[in-house]
Amino acid sequence: MMFAVATIAILIAMLLALARALLGPSLYDRILAVNTFGTVTVLFIAIFGFLTGRPEFLDIALVYALINFITTIAVLKFFEYGDLGRGSYDRQDSDL
Amino acid sequence: MNTMLDLLSWISLVAGSIFLIIGTIGLIRFPDFFTRLHAASVVDTLGCIFIMVGLMLQAGLSIVTVKLILIVIFILFTSPTAAHALAKAALHGKVKPLLDHSGD
Repeated sequence: MMFAVATIAILIAMLLALARALLGPSLYDRILAVNTFGTVTVLFIAIFGFLTGRPEFLDIALVYALINFITTIAVLKFFEYGDLGRGSYDRQDSDL
Repeated sequence: MNTMLDLLSWISLVAGSIFLIIGTIGLIRFPDFFTRLHAASVVDTLGCIFIMVGLMLQAGLSIVTVKLILIVIFILFTSPTAAHALAKAALHGKVKPLLDHSGD
């Protein structure tokens, strides 16, 4: 019962984060919303394991947390420098 | 003893759910990117910690609790880093903070 209540709250939070990702005026709003969505997804996977009585799902949640962080940093680096390989502020970026 | 643990677990899970919903409502309602970043941090810290503590109280002393603690520690390390990188990238990408000049 208590897991069901928390699951419903997590689903509402996911919907609101997804709404911000769809409406977000700037690129950074969308990245922020996707990052929040990823954190809430980690919580959802963890609590879904308890809801169905199989807490082995926690391994997937752990890996998802790692991938979520790497994704955010990689996307940010790509949009900040226009390149994943290197980054320095003194490069002349005109198109990004 | 068992009832006490269940009660604490209920309180923790409900508090975590409330913080999750408050944070994401802030993500929708706040006017500007940097204030939205502030609201999203509530989800990553308080919401995550309360829900994971509620799950730990249900799991008892086992490998499951160790995994939950690992997830919490990892999120607490990475979420401020991601927020800092986002704010830095947004400033570098010429996003202006919304300032109140009425006090001038």
